[in-house]
Amino acid sequence: MELSVNESEKLLQEMLEKQKNGGLKPADRYAIPSQDMPAQDPGVRKGNISEVATGYSSLQARLEAMRCLQCKTAPCMEGCPVKIRIRDFVTAIAQGDDVKALAVIKENSLLPAVCGRVCPQEVQCQETCTVGKKFKDVEKSVSIGRLERYVADLDQESNSIPQVAAPTGKKVAVIGSGPGGIVVATDLRRMGHDVTVFEAFHKPGGVMVYGIPEFRLPKAIVQREIDVLTKMGVKIVCNFVVGRTRTVGELMNEDGFDAVYIGVGAGLPNFMNIAGESLIGVYSANEYLTRANLMNAYKFGKGSDTPIAQSKRVAVVGGGNVAMDAARTALRLGAEKVFIVYRRSEKEMPARVEELHHAKEEGVEFCLLQNPKRVIGDENSRVQAIEILKYELGEPDASGRRKPVVIPGSEFILPVDTVIIAIGNGANPLIGQTTPGLALNKWGNIVVDESCKTSLDGVYAGGDIVLGAATVILAMGQGRIAAAAINDYLKTKK
Amino acid sequence: MYFSPEPVRNLKLSHKIVSKQQLSENVFVADIEAPLIAKARKPGQFVIVCTRGNYSERIPLTIAGADASKGTIRLIWQRVGKSTAEMSDMKVGDEIDNIAGPLGKPTHIEKFGTVVCIGGGIGAAPLLPIAEGMKKAGNKLISILGARTKELLILQEEFAAISDEIIIVTDDGSVGKKALVTEPLKEICQRSPKPELAVAIGPAIMMKFCCQTTAPLNVPTVVSLNTIMIDGTGMCGGCRVEVDSKPMFVCVDGPEFDGHKVNFDLMMKRMTAYRDLEQESLKKYKDHACKIGL
Repeated sequence: MELSVNESEKLLQEMLEKQKNGGLKPADRYAIPSQDMPAQDPGVRKGNISEVATGYSSLQARLEAMRCLQCKTAPCMEGCPVKIRIRDFVTAIAQGDDVKALAVIKENSLLPAVCGRVCPQEVQCQETCTVGKKFKDVEKSVSIGRLERYVADLDQESNSIPQVAAPTGKKVAVIGSGPGGIVVATDLRRMGHDVTVFEAFHKPGGVMVYGIPEFRLPKAIVQREIDVLTKMGVKIVCNFVVGRTRTVGELMNEDGFDAVYIGVGAGLPNFMNIAGESLIGVYSANEYLTRANLMNAYKFGKGSDTPIAQSKRVAVVGGGNVAMDAARTALRLGAEKVFIVYRRSEKEMPARVEELHHAKEEGVEFCLLQNPKRVIGDENSRVQAIEILKYELGEPDASGRRKPVVIPGSEFILPVDTVIIAIGNGANPLIGQTTPGLALNKWGNIVVDESCKTSLDGVYAGGDIVLGAATVILAMGQGRIAAAAINDYLKTKK
Repeated sequence: MYFSPEPVRNLKLSHKIVSKQQLSENVFVADIEAPLIAKARKPGQFVIVCTRGNYSERIPLTIAGADASKGTIRLIWQRVGKSTAEMSDMKVGDEIDNIAGPLGKPTHIEKFGTVVCIGGGIGAAPLLPIAEGMKKAGNKLISILGARTKELLILQEEFAAISDEIIIVTDDGSVGKKALVTEPLKEICQRSPKPELAVAIGPAIMMKFCCQTTAPLNVPTVVSLNTIMIDGTGMCGGCRVEVDSKPMFVCVDGPEFDGHKVNFDLMMKRMTAYRDLEQESLKKYKDHACKIGL
């Protein structure tokens, strides 16, 4: 049920009245309809790259916050990887104190405008929300992410810069300028250390600038976080490939860095190892998204020289958020038909419900329980079609999800001109190969202890290079742990 | 300090062009400030050049040499697309926006015995440091340089200075013998004793035919591939080629591979993936350059 602005105003006044006269009862709170996120119309937005979800009004935010029961146990907080005091910030919004709400969030999270947008809240804070449990529907939980975004966006103008402690004389190198790197750099700089961030690309921000599209996370928000870093005195060096330009050993032994944080991300795309995967028009999602996002391929001929396939029919293989991002990017680049090809059913899809929903609204078609067998090319080695096999669900596998089983003889041909493979990333070997003594697991991920320390003294790591494919918030969480551990380590070091 | 003598400015390392020359109609050589790359680079490695921040392609160029004491690297390029056209129009003192490297695995250099190095056209540029390395490691060095015509032949003197034997061929016979590089290559590989290794760098089609020449004579042949790339660190996979029927990433698994196992036909097709769009960019740039009187 969606209320008009006038009805909402009226409801808010009623609730405020009740709040004054003895407070809101749970029944009052349950009666407030959950506030929908305003969004661009699907038909319009698939023709532009502007952000899809446009954000709560203050009226919506306050009503949504009033839905929170303010549970003593605050189960939401337990669901948050960085333990934001969620109940307290939501309560502040309900009381109309957005400034306090932001301060509460910032105690634990450094990138609320980012996390409010890209965190999978439905499997974190909102999964454990009592309101959602009451309605037996996680979508009816208090929309914590939307509230986080609401307060974070109010702060976009303020330009507040964290205080920096007196110089400690210690130098720290942060490798990678993604969410983990930004958090480590911010925390360590606050503690007074001399921090340099090294980025391999020509622009900082990591996956937030090359991977997550503008329509989901505007680049201006990321740039603002980068600007805060530089204003705090963090040095950012782009085009610097650690492992090649300088090694971790050289940074520590010759360049005077007392500690190193490795947050380079995953960065080695998996392919399917099927025939035809090297044909022209087959992309890794990383390549496709990097061309479109970081290198502005959608502005080709209008200022940008980055070419990208001029696709009409696109198949995206995979069922995660990256697959949704690639599919929706293809639509915005002018594709007429975009198919998501996924070998399990919708229930098993790792993508966020919201992303799935947005993709469907925009007209992406879902080929579920299907998987490509081979890619077929024309005489110029350009993609012409994929041959697809159908699957059915069998017994649960190691991941707990039901294992897809091939239906023999079910092959069919789907004509497409572009194929985007979005089935995850392996660990990039560059740092591992060039850092003797750095312990890796059998998948090439860096092994760390609970403080994110690696097998080498003074070297810490976190994010996807440790966890495999994870999320912005988990990278951030590890960044905070590592920053604290690095600070402790630097204190003991002469 | 790691970025001495220049401090970090505007989040970037400085890449000023300190000298530049035109080697032939479309081929240019420049020494460019890049102290860290100059220090770290080894023969066979390349850099990624991105001329205009967020709006240009990122192109791989193999490093033709470096002077670590001066902090410069030498790049040699041919004007083919928009980015190389922009570089060709830059002057001494201009800065290239972004250079990242050195990337790729260095050439495996050791004393093999006799090594024959085949450079076709601009391929002579990345070949030179490899040839120098092979010579320094104690190999007998035979060099074959080929080009379409005399004006396109580069680095003849440099190769002559380090080679035990040098053979020049051109398609039109304007200098050296009128032949393709495969002709002297075949003769050399039939000598007794035959060379222990061949290193061929040039246009894909030349490398393909060099490999077809050496394979039946059992001379191991290394080729250096220059495919379309983005990051150059393994992140995108756009540079993938088939080697021994398996996908390999030129940027991290290469750029050098066993030429006898490379699927050159597929690679050549992949390199044309964006030809129309590349031409469109180049044309726009040329039209613009005409208007502003470059």
